Amino acid sequence: MDLAATIVLNGLTLAALYFVVASGFSLIFGLMRVVNMAHGAMYLVAGYVGYAVFEPLYDRDVWYAWYAGLAAGVAFAAVFGAAVQVALLGWMQGQELRQALVTIGLSIIVADQLLAFYGGTPRQFFAPDAIFGATQLPGIGGYPTFRLVQIGVAVAVGIGLWLLLNRTRLGIMIRAGVDDRQMLGACGVNVPLIGIAVFALGAALAGLGGVIGATAQPLAMGADGRFLLISLVVVIVGGMGSVTGTAVGAVLIGLAEQIGQALFPTYSVILTFVIMVAVLALRPQGILGRA
Amino acid sequence: MHSRAILATLVVLALLLALPWLLPQFLPANQAQFWTANILGRAIVFGIIAMSLTFLATYGGFISLAQMMVAGVAGYTLAIFVDGALPRIVGGWGYAAAIPLSLVAATVMGLVVGAISVRTRDIYLLMITLALAMGVFRFIETNIAWFNGYEGIRNVVGPTLFGLDFRNAFVFYHVALGTAAALFLGILYLVKTPFGLVLQGIRDNPRRVAALGYSVGLHRIAAFGVAGFIAGCGGVLSTIYNIGISPGSIGLGATVNILIMSVVGGLGHPAGAFIGSLIFTVFDTFAATIYDRDRFNTLIGLVFLVIVLVSPDGAIGIGAKLRRLLGAGRNHPRGAEGSRASQQQAGEETTP
Repeated sequence: MDLAATIVLNGLTLAALYFVVASGFSLIFGLMRVVNMAHGAMYLVAGYVGYAVFEPLYDRDVWYAWYAGLAAGVAFAAVFGAAVQVALLGWMQGQELRQALVTIGLSIIVADQLLAFYGGTPRQFFAPDAIFGATQLPGIGGYPTFRLVQIGVAVAVGIGLWLLLNRTRLGIMIRAGVDDRQMLGACGVNVPLIGIAVFALGAALAGLGGVIGATAQPLAMGADGRFLLISLVVVIVGGMGSVTGTAVGAVLIGLAEQIGQALFPTYSVILTFVIMVAVLALRPQGILGRA
Repeated sequence: MHSRAILATLVVLALLLALPWLLPQFLPANQAQFWTANILGRAIVFGIIAMSLTFLATYGGFISLAQMMVAGVAGYTLAIFVDGALPRIVGGWGYAAAIPLSLVAATVMGLVVGAISVRTRDIYLLMITLALAMGVFRFIETNIAWFNGYEGIRNVVGPTLFGLDFRNAFVFYHVALGTAAALFLGILYLVKTPFGLVLQGIRDNPRRVAALGYSVGLHRIAAFGVAGFIAGCGGVLSTIYNIGISPGSIGLGATVNILIMSVVGGLGHPAGAFIGSLIFTVFDTFAATIYDRDRFNTLIGLVFLVIVLVSPDGAIGIGAKLRRLLGAGRNHPRGAEGSRASQQQAGEETTP
């Protein structure tokens, strides 16, 4: 029973990380119809940039080292995302395939330049003392505190996104843009500017995932591909452009991965893809996607 | 195909056939050998895989990122069954039996990919095929019993053909070239058949094709099967070329490389795949001279980005544009047919 509970909790903490990353992907896709193939690269960039800020501060033993790294990573990813939208994607709006290809090219270059800058050694953040160590949980025993924080962050991101989309003016404009871009523009809203904001937000979420992911497990080359794939699968399963759908997808995939690894380690990947194929066969638009 | 196009194809083919003898005329012997085996041979092999992607894109309007994975299925089937491969998984089969089996496996995998993605289009198709490819890749990478995990299977040396050793660069080059030419002409023939015409109809307007009574889904799946067979041929050849196969050769990087080749060459015509793979291979080989050996990815990424930004029709598109510029007075530029198809995929307005 202990083991089962631990596996489920592991699955949920993993799902939390997947949700944070994939929600950014889903947000960008929902409004912009851009499949951001550089989403994994943004995850990676934030991780490395955040670490570059974190490391010297950590050596000086400042308490805010991790928070500074987090802020730097997220901010850099946001700026990077906005820059990509302004420089490359904005002027080919509507050419979805071409935009996907552009972001693929971009992700190749970014990953390679990161390798050149930071080398191939894996890096890992050390969480601040407040969220480091283990917490006693009923029925499980000691469990890494940071993983619980991960769940908290995901819940906060989920609620924050929901509030943003449902309760703010920006959110109303974003949702209107999803339904009808042209009409929104005709209403006098600066749609390209909203696009930039959405891209920055989506990239920032990838960045948040990058720093948190790099605290939970080492960050290394190849993480970009992994998290791009995760984002794709989560969004395909959960439904394109829906925050709730992304959450459902993330929980399903996170749990499937952990349970699969516990039950049949060498075939665990299959479980993830069985879910994906089953969803595609029954509901091509995803579990909570709109037709 | 116009008679001029047939003539051009034959001339290019003859030139390529004679190349191993022509190259030593103006290159030192060791360099000529290097070009034959490591640049041209490799470009042709990967060109075949890229051509399976281009075939789907040109005539069906599907950009499938699963083609390298499908090629890998053929390669792995060969490596698992053929005699002499290390470690021995099943073994005991001769090349004469194992190669057809591999091609069948790749075709079936192509059909499966087609069936799974049959209800999706455009970027959705791109996402789903990529996810499928990565799923198979990670499965193979973590499975020791069948695929020997991360290590892969090595020592797939290739058969002996009529007393000629496959490891001989010339023999390999000509077999690869012959395969590529046969597949290339096969595609050009296939797209003139009723099946090919329906496929192009689906690309242009699936609803109208369905209204005419054709099954859009079955034609799509069949097209993926054909592409799977083509990719399988490339997969068998690349496995023999690399003397084995490992998960790295079908991973994200390899998958994207195939896409780069197809797009750089041009998605408007199957020939683009070979042009793209040649450009890719030359850059790969001479990256050290141009920029920095280790930064090949940056270099090819930039080339790819520039092509996508400037000329969505790839190298073929650039060629067509140049021809139009030079022969502005002449009517009906050749290659317009191809560029129309890919412009539709890129969602661009038709320029000419």
